[in-house]
Amino acid sequence: MDLSFTGEELAFRNEVRAFIQANIPADTRRKVLEGLEISREDTLRWQQILHQHGWGGPNWPREFGGTGWDPIRQYIFEEESAAAGAPRLLPFGLKMVGPVIMRFGNAAQQKRFLPRILSGEDWWAQGYSEPGSGSDLASLRTRAERKGDRYVVNGQKTWITLAQHANWIFCLVRTKAAEKPQAGISFLLIEMKSPGVTVRPITLLDGSREVNEVWFEDVDVPVENRVGEENSGWTYAKFLLGHERTNIAGVGASKRELARLKRIASKERKNGRPLLEDPAFAARVAQVDVELMALEITNLRVISAEAERRAPGPEASLLKIKGTEIQQAISDLMMQAVGRFALPFRREAMRDGFGGEAVGPAYAAPLAAAYLNMRKTSIYGGSNEIQKNIIAQTILGL
Amino acid sequence: MRFSLTPEQQQLSDLVQRFLDEQYDFQTRRKILDSPAGWSRQVWSKLAELGLLALQVPEEQGGMAPAVVETLLCVTAMGKAMLLEPYVSSAIVATTLIRELGSAQQRKEMLPAMASGDRIAVLAHLEAGARFDLQRVDTRARRSGSGWALKGLKSVVLHAPAADALLVSARTSGEPNERAGISLFAVAREANGVALVPYRTLDGVCAAEVSLSDAPGALVGEEGGAFGGIALAFDYGLAAICAEAAGALQAILDTTVEYTKTRKQFGVPIAKFQVLQHRMVEMLIHVEQARSMSYLAAMRAAEPPSRERRRALAAAKVVVGNACRFVGQQAVQLHGGMGVSDETAVSHLFRRLTALEIELGDTGFHLEQFIAASPAEGTELG
Repeated sequence: MDLSFTGEELAFRNEVRAFIQANIPADTRRKVLEGLEISREDTLRWQQILHQHGWGGPNWPREFGGTGWDPIRQYIFEEESAAAGAPRLLPFGLKMVGPVIMRFGNAAQQKRFLPRILSGEDWWAQGYSEPGSGSDLASLRTRAERKGDRYVVNGQKTWITLAQHANWIFCLVRTKAAEKPQAGISFLLIEMKSPGVTVRPITLLDGSREVNEVWFEDVDVPVENRVGEENSGWTYAKFLLGHERTNIAGVGASKRELARLKRIASKERKNGRPLLEDPAFAARVAQVDVELMALEITNLRVISAEAERRAPGPEASLLKIKGTEIQQAISDLMMQAVGRFALPFRREAMRDGFGGEAVGPAYAAPLAAAYLNMRKTSIYGGSNEIQKNIIAQTILGL
Repeated sequence: MRFSLTPEQQQLSDLVQRFLDEQYDFQTRRKILDSPAGWSRQVWSKLAELGLLALQVPEEQGGMAPAVVETLLCVTAMGKAMLLEPYVSSAIVATTLIRELGSAQQRKEMLPAMASGDRIAVLAHLEAGARFDLQRVDTRARRSGSGWALKGLKSVVLHAPAADALLVSARTSGEPNERAGISLFAVAREANGVALVPYRTLDGVCAAEVSLSDAPGALVGEEGGAFGGIALAFDYGLAAICAEAAGALQAILDTTVEYTKTRKQFGVPIAKFQVLQHRMVEMLIHVEQARSMSYLAAMRAAEPPSRERRRALAAAKVVVGNACRFVGQQAVQLHGGMGVSDETAVSHLFRRLTALEIELGDTGFHLEQFIAASPAEGTELG
């Protein structure tokens, strides 16, 4: 047992750190570190910079143009990226549909789709949830009827993150009315510009336009855009859910946000002293801090088990639950740190380059929106209650 | 970065686990608990035979120190079994003290005897007014003939009634709240001027108030310079009780999961109720987080002093302490009436976990230590 990185891993970390420092665009970095809005261009530009360096697929094997890094190197990369203020890479292509195509897609699909994920030419969206099918995803009703060499898709998907930027969407659709709802689902790749696809934005509680409804009305999808077998889509969806272990806990980003919380709480004053020195507030920050330290070790235990091909102990679900609890706690404390200055809610002040007059300290402007926005984390990707069901069944055998 | 064990480590872990499973089951432990002494010399000899009392003894005295991972594994197994014998007190804390502070002569005289199980020593340090504060020592020592005479009162000294030798801290100079001026003395438990008021702690461990009135002591280490060694021994002890707690936490979770699968109400095992399932998942998360911190504490304790080390050890005790309380309380709750009965393992594990949270600094104390060791933040934003 050894909790330190090896010499090779440390050298790798230095290489990653140096590359990011030298190549991250200054404006993007500033937005990430100050919690300001990240644009489509910020995300794409960073993907392209990494791609040109051969790092476009940090979690992909070499045969598909990825880096071939082991899970520990992937973890180091994620951690360094977060610390340095790099924007989060889009997970929908790299971590979701990409691995599914690698594992279950045919050679033509791999050749057609995978390079365009690495280069950032394709922006993927995830089409899973429906108005009546959230946690009970298998009850989904969007239909795909087979007509010769095409499917005709009808239905409605919802909560589709950043679908307004996407040119492709991967969808779970019903291809058969089966006794067991999981049995009649297929995995389709649909081009967003197909006739009959409509995107309607949903305004979230923080005023952001992050998610959308996507409607399908007699949308023609070639059969060649189905991944794997017809009616086996549920298997692929489950593969995808258990796939992500290196960054699901978001340890790197939480460390960065915790550091921002501490900077803010050092600037804020209570009774003339820094808020961070107030015993009650300091204790709450410290409580999150120690839990994050523990989560980091737990995360490393899981990925090192993966790297050594031992059966992982506590699974991705545990990392997701604890990771999101910590993310939410930090955003909550950050908002509380600024007191009344959490109340002014001005979207323009949450954008980079805002030249108007600040209300209160400039760092306060995006904190309430971030707090509101972070409530999603315990809901998306399988709500934390669903994650608890998974742990109860698979780890505790209840 | 590696969490796997070497074959030798795995072997040792299996050996200890097998010994405890076979010879320290709940009923056997129960008999030891109910015996007048509250611990078993026979078990102690067996631990010596297995080589476990020598893990913190240096090689030159025939031991295995530092044996970081080995100690972690053994103590975790002992935590599962709720060992009543003075393993952490003598084989870890006192052994570390003699190793770090003792003269060549004292190491030669004491360590092999401690490793062979012939001699048990425990540290008598904290006093009534000190709470968990390591530097607050009021007990005094003055020169007396060729040796020293000690005067004072040491409080809640775990395993003191089992010890042959007490390692007593006393002030040879300085103010009650100063690090400098604290010395360590070896005092025979049977010596004149040593009086014990023995009792059991809430989890059944033997302990005592130790009063010293001109008790004769032999100086261990430099006069006035014992603080560093005592602090180090506490850190090794802290790492050990984190490991012990990790074992006890796993045991109480396993017991609870098992119980809810067999206990039927409303015609079904109560494990089928989602509200209980989610509670047990929350317990599991605490257990895994505590286990992670027991690893971190074990590794960091063996490192040279630094702010990062201090932070990690304090953080470990906070995470473990929170887990002890939450998991212990919920385990009792999920066992219903059985949970509050003296007959069940769960109530004993709960009591053990409750004691572990308090020993060597409770959660509140270590949260403060963590804050004090955290670097001040720069005021530059963004």
